[in-house]
Amino acid sequence: MNEILQLLVYGLVLGSVLAMGAIGVSMIFGILRFAHFAHGDFMTLGAYLGLAFVSAFGLSAWWALPAAMLGMAIIAVAIDQLIYRRLRRTQPVILLISSFGMALILRSLVQLIWGSDNQTYVSGIQFPWRLDWLGGLRLKPDHVWIVLISSALIVMVHLFLSRTRLGKAMRAMSDNMDLARISGIPAERVIMMTWIIGGALAAAAGVFLGIDTRLHPMMGWTTLLPIFAAAILGGIGRPYGAIVGGMVIGISMEMSTLFISASYKPAVAFAIMVIMLIVRPQGIFKGTL
Amino acid sequence: MSILLEARDLYAGYGGNDILKGVNLGVEHDEIAVIVGPNGAGKSTAMKAVFGLLNIRQGQVLFRGEAITNTKPEQMVRRGVAYVPQEHNIFPSLTVQENLEMGAYLMKGDIRPRLAHVYELFPRLAERRRQPTGQMSGGERQMVAMGRALMIDPSLLMLDEPTAGLSPRLIDETFVQIQRINAEGIGVLMVEQNARQALAIATRGYVMATGANRHEDTGPALLADPAVAEMFLGG
Repeated sequence: MNEILQLLVYGLVLGSVLAMGAIGVSMIFGILRFAHFAHGDFMTLGAYLGLAFVSAFGLSAWWALPAAMLGMAIIAVAIDQLIYRRLRRTQPVILLISSFGMALILRSLVQLIWGSDNQTYVSGIQFPWRLDWLGGLRLKPDHVWIVLISSALIVMVHLFLSRTRLGKAMRAMSDNMDLARISGIPAERVIMMTWIIGGALAAAAGVFLGIDTRLHPMMGWTTLLPIFAAAILGGIGRPYGAIVGGMVIGISMEMSTLFISASYKPAVAFAIMVIMLIVRPQGIFKGTL
Repeated sequence: MSILLEARDLYAGYGGNDILKGVNLGVEHDEIAVIVGPNGAGKSTAMKAVFGLLNIRQGQVLFRGEAITNTKPEQMVRRGVAYVPQEHNIFPSLTVQENLEMGAYLMKGDIRPRLAHVYELFPRLAERRRQPTGQMSGGERQMVAMGRALMIDPSLLMLDEPTAGLSPRLIDETFVQIQRINAEGIGVLMVEQNARQALAIATRGYVMATGANRHEDTGPALLADPAVAEMFLGG
């Protein structure tokens, strides 16, 4: 019982990271119709930008979050304007391949600047709280913060999508691109906002992952598969689905360690994705795939 | 005062092939103009070409006397032309009210009077304003589609087969609504499959075949024309 509760906590933390990444992947697919393969490396770059910021100013690890989010929002828009924008009138598969190339470029860049060794925001071990009334559950303060801040970001995304004109236009474009055009919705502005949100949330995912474990040039790339699994599970093009998908995949991955070796965690995500594609390819929230 | 919308001798199509081979259309702000004709005549293509969704290779589109040939849809909306496609004409995951708000995306200022007006025109939508449109019936979806187009307070409303797939009772209702909208001074240009009913309310009727105008007259006159009746109305 205690062990299940403990894994549930880890699952929520991983789920938060995956949800932050999957919201962006899902929105980008919904609006630009391509699977953004560089999203994992957006996470990596975001995490390292945060690291550079906190070490330059000697700040505590949590300052990495706003710096990384702001930096990646700007970089995501720049990459879109300089590269993806020029390919938008071609086939989506060309965008997909170019994003694959972008993934390699960003990863190499991170490796070039920060090296390929593991790095951490804070050195030393954080002592968890021991909750005796919950069967001795160990709770790390970082984990609590990751889940709380993710929840706050999710609420903000929700308010943006449901209350603001631009947010509604984003959902409209994801629903029906042609009708959005006919209605006079300015596509380029919506696309730019999609990259701002997608980039910022990817950076948040990267920082969370960095705080929870360590920073490494491959950290985002290896998280990309579960992120895609989360986006597909939720219904691609549906940000709310991505949140649910992220939590389901994250918790499943951690729970699986009760039965199989922890090194099979990515395989669990992959299995869920494949089963979902066979049984219900449109996902939980009936996506636009 | 020049005519609201006029298309002169349009040639347009997809790729290198012209589907339209010399189409002429016109509508005044107090008119209902109806295009009828057999399948594949190019009726919907003509609508798309006028609205800027398809490149016009030759010919002219005039709006209030000004040449607007190949104007982009966004600019058409800014000029006060609204278009309702035949299919996929709603945002299914958005609520009724959000669909209407998207119609008014380019409108500046308070859109509440427009919303109230559309709800007055379609009371059933007012009852369901918080409902996602994807789960609604065909008739209700068509109301949402028309309501969205009306949100910009258009001077011209272009409808592509607004009664397609509706029950006879809803078809009657739709034609009554279209007449009400027209009575507010909004010109209506529509393609219709229910040729008899549509021509009966048409101040201008166009019969198209193989990408060109075949007959042109007032709706009732076309209905009375034996040649038209035999060719397109099934006797």
